[in-house]
Amino acid sequence: MTSTILEMRDITKTFPGVKALSNVNLSVEEGEIHAVVGENGAGKSTLMKVLSGVYPAGTYDGQIIFQGQECQFKGIHDSEHKGIVIIHQELALVPMLSIAENIFLGNEHAKYGVIDWDANEARTSALLKKVGLKEDPKTLITNIGVGKQQLVEIAKALSKEVKLLILDEPTASLSEKDSQALLDLLLEFKRQGMTSILISHKLNEVNRVADKVTVIRDGRTIETLAKKDISEDRIITSMVGRSLDDRYPPREPKIGEVVFEVKNWSVYHPIHAERQVIKGIDINVRKGEVVGIAGLMGAGRTEFAMSLFGRSYGRRITGEVLLKGKPIDVSSVSKAVEHGIAYVTEDRKTYGLNLIDHIKHNITLANLGGVSRHSVIDDLRELAVANDYRKKTNIRASSVYQMTGNLSGGNQQKVVLSKWLFADPELLILDEPTRGIDVGAKYEIYTIIARLASEGKAIVVISSEMPELLGITDRIYVMNEGRIVGEMPAADASQEKIMRAIVRGEGKAA
Amino acid sequence: MSTDSAPAPQGNIAEDQRPRIAVSALTTNLREYGLIIALIVIMLFFQFTTSGTLFKPVNLSNLVQQNSFIIVMALGMLLVIVSGYIDLSVGSVAGFIGALAANMMVIWQLGPLSNPLVVSIVCLVVGGLIGAAQGYWIAYHRIPSFIVTLAGMLIFRGICQALLGGGSSVGPLPDGFKALSSGFIPDVIGPLTLIPPTVNAAGKTIVGSGLTLHMTTIVLGLIAVVAYAYFGVRTRRKRERHGYEAEPFPLFVVKTLVASALALFLVYEFASYRGLPVVLLVMGVLISLFVFVTKRMTIGRRIYAMGGNPKAAQLSGINTERLTLLVFINMGVLSALGGLIIAARLGQAVPAAGLGSELDVIAAVFIGGASAMGGVGQVIGAVVGGFIMGVMNNGMSIMGVNVDWQQVVKGLVLLGAVIFDVYNKNKA
Repeated sequence: MTSTILEMRDITKTFPGVKALSNVNLSVEEGEIHAVVGENGAGKSTLMKVLSGVYPAGTYDGQIIFQGQECQFKGIHDSEHKGIVIIHQELALVPMLSIAENIFLGNEHAKYGVIDWDANEARTSALLKKVGLKEDPKTLITNIGVGKQQLVEIAKALSKEVKLLILDEPTASLSEKDSQALLDLLLEFKRQGMTSILISHKLNEVNRVADKVTVIRDGRTIETLAKKDISEDRIITSMVGRSLDDRYPPREPKIGEVVFEVKNWSVYHPIHAERQVIKGIDINVRKGEVVGIAGLMGAGRTEFAMSLFGRSYGRRITGEVLLKGKPIDVSSVSKAVEHGIAYVTEDRKTYGLNLIDHIKHNITLANLGGVSRHSVIDDLRELAVANDYRKKTNIRASSVYQMTGNLSGGNQQKVVLSKWLFADPELLILDEPTRGIDVGAKYEIYTIIARLASEGKAIVVISSEMPELLGITDRIYVMNEGRIVGEMPAADASQEKIMRAIVRGEGKAA
Repeated sequence: MSTDSAPAPQGNIAEDQRPRIAVSALTTNLREYGLIIALIVIMLFFQFTTSGTLFKPVNLSNLVQQNSFIIVMALGMLLVIVSGYIDLSVGSVAGFIGALAANMMVIWQLGPLSNPLVVSIVCLVVGGLIGAAQGYWIAYHRIPSFIVTLAGMLIFRGICQALLGGGSSVGPLPDGFKALSSGFIPDVIGPLTLIPPTVNAAGKTIVGSGLTLHMTTIVLGLIAVVAYAYFGVRTRRKRERHGYEAEPFPLFVVKTLVASALALFLVYEFASYRGLPVVLLVMGVLISLFVFVTKRMTIGRRIYAMGGNPKAAQLSGINTERLTLLVFINMGVLSALGGLIIAARLGQAVPAAGLGSELDVIAAVFIGGASAMGGVGQVIGAVVGGFIMGVMNNGMSIMGVNVDWQQVVKGLVLLGAVIFDVYNKNKA
């Protein structure tokens, strides 16, 4: 008989004006992987912040019982002391310090303040072995990939004698391969008897590893499913409160002539000048067509898109870009925008939004000329435009004067999309348009893409989620190591075919 | 637990909007109002502790003339800080330009080129070139602005001292030039004597007695106040006509009335002395221009976007390099104007002109609510911040507070203002 390690009873947390959690219950058994799922803004992160003491006892109502004791955490230190460790979505590592320094940051093996580096590194090596990371403890964090950084975070958690490990969207920025490895690691920990809470949007992952799933919606617990009841459909229904028969909106493609063409596009790395990142790519996109670019992380898809978009990436860029058969100059972002190209970045917080400004100013930024005369902005016109796009893309906010930094991921993405829609492009390049956003918002983004295509725009979607590409595109290019290694109509494509193209391409490149 | 108190992000957005706009109009403006209220409180405090000297017309004129160069430079510094940079060289550039102007007018006999107006224009251009030179490294080579302008601070102070032959001052400057700082606008309408001045036995009038109003100042003031109210009402009407919520009417009325009353009071004060100082007119025009540029023009919007997230701004088609260069050119021109104002007020160029004033300028901008991270800050805030520093300087000097302790008080006010800001932001 297993015992309950954690019980959260009737947790209610209010922020000024909003009730973020109301009477949430969560019960986790010892040794299980318990998934918590819900749309963005449903209250998952708030719940975990309550649990880890980020919101100290007294600022919420309800009880937390951990290992049979009622706990009143006053801060993260208290919860960590009890063995509850949370790994946040945004990694909290210091880039210019080594793996060992990061793992024992604030917790160094030291005597009278003098650090014993040998002890630290020996322990680090042991921990890295546990998480299956083959790196020198002295390697700087900045020199290893995101997937490995995630493993370092986990090793750091393990160094703290963790009893309950909480992972907040651990695979959000990992490639398929790294994600698999991470999930395997979780299963391995489970065999060793550790309890984990996994917060995730990726239902296939939840399906694979979770013993139980608790669904949260609008700050309430909807239900907790046992292993035998877990299915993607069931979870989705429960998450969105309605059933999503089809995860992709239906559309009837009306494909016209070729609008956009790239010929023999080559790009070299901005720092390592001899490294060719993009190796002679040819693609074309037709009017009203949604073209997907599939590939693994590091295939060069983002680099390709950004180098096209005003040479925002790379050096020694060569090749030709044709719009409606005529060569165009895309040597700066403003020229690319003028010619009707828009690029929606994969990293909306770093490259897409001014987080300290409100929705209205963000939406008009790429096309200020559209709301001004003689460089003087017409405030009312701007307000009308912002309200119009807020409605069109269904941005959920109190008003267009809400700071974009306070919006959920899905709504932020809609603001970025609105910005580029207002710039009225001929060609829209969407880089990972649904990364880190919830099922409901994803559907809305797909709907917007479908509508744009039906309006005759040419669309390129870069995505690491193959089902998504299969679901929304008309034609798929497969990219690997800076080359196009396959092209297929979406109707004939499958995950296996795409993977096969990648593997074959790898053979060719070697 | 009732069901209706649960968060409902979906739907009923339209219903929520009205009260929230009213509240947000109040909270977003609270910072600005709070600052103006703080300025008024500080002024009243010194009015009391200096037994009424502060608000004497002659002192008000002095106050404006003493601090105008700080405020002029703060306008440029605001844009620099909003862009996410800093400029430490402004005091030295001002000193250098003062020395250059004095040499052009007094030492080097340049014929028509020594004309004060020509010299001023040349100096503004030179200021722009200095800004461009510094901005070039910052914008196109990504050298941190702190370092580039620290170098500029050393370089131009050095050149300033060298131009003045090490330690000596150059002057006196022509009266036509000095009018920039110490002059008053001519009374084209003619004075209005309300109370004739007392005449003493020798048949001469006693200075300060009687009450004569500078009518041009009064008329200009009235025009400004009427225009302010008119445009305020017009903007409101336009918003309402398009079906948008404007700020609550009582708030609007109170704001307009208070601002007008304050403006009229100051106008009356100036009119009862010698009229509007020329430098105040210059400052007023510049302030209006910068408010317009930051609030209404695309270039202003782009500066805020660049400061808020340079990468996102760049990927939105904004040429951030050129924009950075322009911001520093603007700063250079305003530093030069600041230098001319200092020289004109002193009537000569001295090696220490503008020494340390970069810190007053930066402090004014931060007291005014700008963020050191960039992307946040208002022109009016910087101006009021500048006046708060100026009033404290002036008030404490009249009170006879030791200069050393004046620095301590100014430091505490700067720290307090920023702490207040951060505290407010965290609470929101």
